[in-house]
Amino acid sequence: MTTATSSRVWWPICVLSAAFLLWRAAVPGGPGMARVYVKPAPAEADASSAGWLAARPDESGAVVSPARTAGVWVAALLTLAIFSFLYKDNPAYRFAEAVMVGVSAAYFMVAGFWDGLVPKLFIPLSQMEWGTVGEVGRSLLTLTPLVLGMMLLWRLLPRGGWIARWPLAFIVGTYAGIRLLSFLEADFVSQIRNTIVPLVVRDTDGLGFDLWASVRNGLMLGGVLSCLAYFFFSMDHRGWYGRVARVGVWYLMITFGASFAFTVMGRIALLASRLEFLFDDWLWLIDPLGKRPPPGL
Amino acid sequence: MAWLQTLDRRWIFLAMLLAVALPQLLQVRVPEKPTPLVLNVFRKIEELPEGSRVLISFDYSPSSEGELAPMAAALVRHCCEKRHRMVLMTLWPDGKPLVERAISRIIEGEYAALGLQAGRDYVNLGYRPGKEVVIKTIATSLRAEFPTDDAGTPLDDLPLTAEVTNLQDLDLLISISAGFPGLKEWVQYASSPLKLPLAVGATAVQAPQAYPYIPRQLLGILAAVKGAAEYEVALGERYPNLAIPERQDAVRRMAPQLWAHLLIIALIVLGNVAALVSRPRGGVR
Repeated sequence: MTTATSSRVWWPICVLSAAFLLWRAAVPGGPGMARVYVKPAPAEADASSAGWLAARPDESGAVVSPARTAGVWVAALLTLAIFSFLYKDNPAYRFAEAVMVGVSAAYFMVAGFWDGLVPKLFIPLSQMEWGTVGEVGRSLLTLTPLVLGMMLLWRLLPRGGWIARWPLAFIVGTYAGIRLLSFLEADFVSQIRNTIVPLVVRDTDGLGFDLWASVRNGLMLGGVLSCLAYFFFSMDHRGWYGRVARVGVWYLMITFGASFAFTVMGRIALLASRLEFLFDDWLWLIDPLGKRPPPGL
Repeated sequence: MAWLQTLDRRWIFLAMLLAVALPQLLQVRVPEKPTPLVLNVFRKIEELPEGSRVLISFDYSPSSEGELAPMAAALVRHCCEKRHRMVLMTLWPDGKPLVERAISRIIEGEYAALGLQAGRDYVNLGYRPGKEVVIKTIATSLRAEFPTDDAGTPLDDLPLTAEVTNLQDLDLLISISAGFPGLKEWVQYASSPLKLPLAVGATAVQAPQAYPYIPRQLLGILAAVKGAAEYEVALGERYPNLAIPERQDAVRRMAPQLWAHLLIIALIVLGNVAALVSRPRGGVR
């Protein structure tokens, strides 16, 4: 599509959309949109609600919350800005992307400080005592992460960057140790145990034969063995062994297909959730949660 | 079929938008039937005696809320209906507001009439950094990671946690997981070594990782929004007050799934037909 054609298509769409939004949002007696109503919280309510609770427009004492209404507008416009990338790259998309990165980085920094450094370092440091041998031991243990953290930051200095390798070695070593044991137990030994299943499954009463459970167990065992055969490269994949490995490839392909289908389902769920926000909270076209009185009442 | 090979992909985006948006605007609903893996989780919560201690870890962030919030809500509702006592936590820093929202919207909102009290009927432990190390630590000592709840009250002062030393004092673990740290780490550091009952809710991307752990290391899976919808249906059949559209977020989102999947299948078939038709006869194999 040329730029001129694109402009001819998009300008009318933008103007019509703006008129639609103006009609819904601003015309007195119109359907309305994107307004968030709140009511004063009861005295015993949690302080985290900042004294106001979400309310239906027809509840007594309900008033429009300018801050929450602005929040809905910001969320809706940023959503549309991200969606606009599907048409083509544009400044609105890049702005929304930059906002997302900046906000996320700031959030993680603040969360890391208040939920990590403060409870795990600063508070223990402030409570250190040196009276008895036990207290000295605990205090030295408390100082250890501080010292390791400072050594880790040493690499930012112009000289002595090698000092950062010591805490890194500590992190890698401990992490490898922790992960190794858990993988061996949960993903190796237990997985072998999960594969040891009866190929002929009896009914719960022990008299009959459960065909589908037997087929399922057989397919599972066949899949494990054939996939292992495919990944065993010390034998040529020819003859009967090659055919078994070929079955393993089919199992792998079906697994990848199932994973892809799952991924598609996940992405559609996210799209549906975002569109529901736009249609419900922003445009008031639907009201699945019954948050507003029916139109005309 | 040449037009198909030169089709601007934005038409496909538009078709997908319509496939997802129209069922939502028309409030279309499709029937769901709970599958065994979902029923395993449902039955486990149902069979636990009233007042059992259930840990629910919200291991996801707002970016996965569209998929996981419905199942989190359904599981919390089920615990409220059964009067189970809930220990809520998250291994993700941006999961904290999601735990708080579940408390304010469901426990203190929808079930306000039950008068569930913080500290006695539920505890919000909040977030602790450390990823899987947090699980490994609370497997032996809850207080080593969480000396207080999220509001700063010592666990010994809360009736629910005063008698909880570690994970083994809980009756059921649930991880609602979008990645790392999540269901895999709960299997590796809690359910496998301690032989604790663990149920998981997973995003669609992560769900395939969970199936090999069935049945010995996981008792059931709620796989993506489909699993959540099945759980909502099972809940609605047992508790008719929950069989209303307002309490079935995931069921509501299954109609867009159906139409979007049909569109994708049609596009895959169409694309392959176009490729076959345009292939030169006797061409390169």
